[in-house]
This record gives sequence, structure tokens and C-alpha cells, in this order.
Amino acid sequence: MQTLTNRARLVDRRPMSLVEKLYLWNILKGMMITLRHVFKKKATISYPEQKRTFSSVFRGLQILNRDEEGRERCTACGLCAVACPAEAITMEAAERLPGEEHLYKEEKYAVKYEINMLRCIFCGLCEEACPKDAIYLSQTFAPANYNRKGFIYKKEDLLIPHPKENPEAFARAVGERANKLIVKG
Amino acid sequence: MYLLSIDWWILLEKAILSLAVVSISLVVAMYATWAERKVAAVMQDRLGPTRAGPFGLFQPLADGLKLFMKEEIIPTISSKFLFVMGPGISMITALMTSAVIPWGRHINIAGRDVPLQIADINIGILYIFGVVSLGVYGIMIGGWASNNKFSLIAAIRGASQMISYELAMGLALIALLMMTGSLRLSIIVEQQSQGLFNWNFIYQPLGFLIFFICALAECNRTPFDLPEAENELNFGYHQEYSSMKLGFYLFAEYINMFISGVVMSTLFFGGYDIPFVNEAAWGIHWWVGLIGFAVLMAKATFFILLFMWIRWTIPRFRYDQLMNLGWKGMIPLALVNMILTAVVILWLKK
Repeated sequence: MQTLTNRARLVDRRPMSLVEKLYLWNILKGMMITLRHVFKKKATISYPEQKRTFSSVFRGLQILNRDEEGRERCTACGLCAVACPAEAITMEAAERLPGEEHLYKEEKYAVKYEINMLRCIFCGLCEEACPKDAIYLSQTFAPANYNRKGFIYKKEDLLIPHPKENPEAFARAVGERANKLIVKG
Repeated sequence: MYLLSIDWWILLEKAILSLAVVSISLVVAMYATWAERKVAAVMQDRLGPTRAGPFGLFQPLADGLKLFMKEEIIPTISSKFLFVMGPGISMITALMTSAVIPWGRHINIAGRDVPLQIADINIGILYIFGVVSLGVYGIMIGGWASNNKFSLIAAIRGASQMISYELAMGLALIALLMMTGSLRLSIIVEQQSQGLFNWNFIYQPLGFLIFFICALAECNRTPFDLPEAENELNFGYHQEYSSMKLGFYLFAEYINMFISGVVMSTLFFGGYDIPFVNEAAWGIHWWVGLIGFAVLMAKATFFILLFMWIRWTIPRFRYDQLMNLGWKGMIPLALVNMILTAVVILWLKK
């Protein structure tokens, strides 16, 4: 019979020989296999000293973006809140006052922006929905906490560091995404 | 005046020896749990405990503390006394066996010759067998007093397994005793002190094999660990126990493992004898006995590691396969061994 691949092996259904029936020889062969495994390289990764690298499209914690001058991009339009399937995002909008032009990019900004990490499923739909390139998912993940309150992340927790005041922290937070940043209007 | 005529030094010696032996057994059992996890890990391509202290060496302390701190749950049963006595019996019989083992040569302290053996009775090895048989009660009482059908089944299986394999162990020992002529453990060790080729396992290889397999069954170690089958009988006879009573059961198993290793080394591997070294030429120093003790511990450690190596290689036996092996395999083999030994001894005497 023609086989498709040559990976098939015939099942060995011969009756056991006398040596095999004693079973001691088979046990010894098994013990040799176990002994060989003692000297092989271990598969464990000692977190936190060693970490596994995530892929560049890993969906981790959200980050609220700023433009090159350090102004917040988010205009509190609510598209991310509507897109979120778990209803994890809430926000409150406010009007930009005359002295605050260096803080916010457009006239409407988010005065309160909260994401409930216990509800977030890290799907990335908010990133796809945002018209201002203001929110994206980074490569960190939400650390553990003792009470539910600690999981409601406010705007200060989510904002990316200021590029002018804190350039190294900004560069670290942007990370891999620097190659993919598209500057929208 | 009567008080002055008692030999207080003997009492002091024996008290210190007993304390030392019990502490050593407990510490070895503790670090046997650490070794078990580490050996299991390296055989499965992973690291074991590494966080609690260097190489995870404080892990047994953490485990012991956890067991002390847990809540003591006693189910509503008819006999609380028996429920608490079960692990007690296991632990007591596990520790009692260490009393007749010669742990080393004599130590010479301040002119006195202190033997490193708590009780050199003339029925040495028979005493060990008797005490190990009592250990079966610990399992049976614990399983029955738990008021739980699974525990009862596991306890019955455990008791029947231990009884069957004790028979084969005794028969394998008879052949050994035909050669040594005495039940005293100190004499058995002294007869093997002439060198590596005087060790009993050269003369009794089949007897050693049978004894080893039966020791595996006595300690409820895989592949014979049906009584404490973790996946089949959800934990077996100790499933209703919490906190330190469970700790006692688990510790008693490790102490049994350690004592089995020591007994096997004493009977078949020369005890505290160092293979190619002539210790008599060292003279009488206080540290000669301690070196013998260290050698015995090394041999026991080798056996403990062998037990663990076998555990992580072979799957568990089914109950009927287990009983078949015990009654239809081990006992006839031990009888054949006995007859062969008798024939060879008689033939050589001519």
C-alpha cells in the first residue's frame, strides 16, 4: 500500500520475550532515560532574572499618547469607550482654557480617563478605534494587586512620559512602536 | 549510696544517642523532601525549588511551618482518639526502628568505649521486622478512622500490600541469616568488615534484589504507592488529615525510606565499613567512629536517591498486578533463593 509520508511505524505486537517478561531490563532502560534527562538543559526560565521576549504586536497595558511637543492627544471623543466590548473605559471631557495650550492638543480634552483593568480583555479594539492615535497597547502587563481599587487605572497611570521633560522614559515607553508611528493630524 | 552505684554515664550516653538518632532521622526526612522535589525536577527537565534560600534549601522549613500553621480539621467521627493515634503510630514505629542499627564503630571518649548503637539486642533484625509490621496499624487505623470510603479502600489496599511484601522480605532474609549465623546487627556488620568482596550483596545478589523490591513496597513508594495514589483514590488514606497529622504521615514515610536505606546498607553493603580502607590500622581516635557514621549516611543517601530515581521512572502497578508480584513472584523466588543458598553452603562444607 502506498503511504503518503514515511512517518508511519508498524506497531510491534510480538509477545514479550523472557527477558522482557522479567521487566527488570525494561526498568533499567527506563532508568537510563531518566538519568539522561538529568544532564540535559532545563527548560525553566527564572523569572524575574530572565524574561521571555514578547512579540512586537503583543497587546499589553494601554498607554495614552502625546505628540512631539508633549501635548496630550486624547480628545475624549468616546470612540474607544464605545468600541470596548467589556465596557472598561470611562471618561469625562472638558474644554481647554486659554492658558493650557501647551498641555492639550485640541480644544476638548479628557479631564478624567479611567480604565478598569479587571474588565479589560486586552483585545486592542480601542487602539483600532481611536482617530487621534492617542491610545495604544504596549508590551507590559498589569501587575498584581491586593484590592479591586488598585486595578482602576487613572489618566496619570496611563499617560506616556513627557518627551521633552523625560526623554529616556519616553523612549523606553515608546519602545518598538517607534518604527510604526504614523503621525495623524 | 544506691544512687552513686548506678552507672550514670551509660544513661547519659544512651539518652544523648537516642536524641541524636531521632534528630538525625527527622532532619534527614526533612531534606529528603527537598531532595525529592529537586530530583523529580531535574529528571523532568525543570528546576526544583530555588527561591527559599540558596538552592531552595530552606524549602522544608517553609513546608514544616506551613503544616504547623494550618487549621486542624477533625471530621465528625466516632473515635477522635483513633483518628489522632493513626499518624502517631506511624511516626513512633518509624522512629523506633532506628534503635538497633549500628551507626558506626566505637567512639573512644575519655577512656570509655561508647558503641554507636542504642540497643545491641540479640534479635536485632527480627526487632526491626516486628516494628515495621506494627507500622501497618498506623495506616489501617488512620484509614478506618477517617469515616470515608475512599480512605478505607486505600487503607485496606495498603495493609494487604505491606503484609504480602513483608513475607517475601523475611524469606529473603532467611538465606542471609543462614550465611551469617546470627541475628545481631553488629555481628552482621563486623562479618562484612574485611573488604568489598566480603559484603553480603556479592554472596546474595538475588536476596538483595528481593529485599530491595520489598523495601520499596513497605515504604509505599512508587511503583507500589497504591495506598496513597494521588490521582486514583484522591490522596488515599491520608486525605482527611490536615496540618501536622498529615505532616506526620508524610514524614513517617520519608523516615521509613531512610531507615530502609540504612538497613539495606547494614545487611548487604557492609554498614559503616569503608570499601578499600583498613580502618583497624587507624588506631583508637575519637573520630574513627564518626567517619564510619559518615560512610553509612553516604550509602543510605545513595539508596534514597535510588528510590526517588525509580519513583520518577515507572508508572504505578495495578492492585492485582501488585498482589500477583508479591505472592506469585517474590515468595517463590525467595524460596528458591533459600534453597540455593542451603545447597551451596552444604556443598562447600564438604
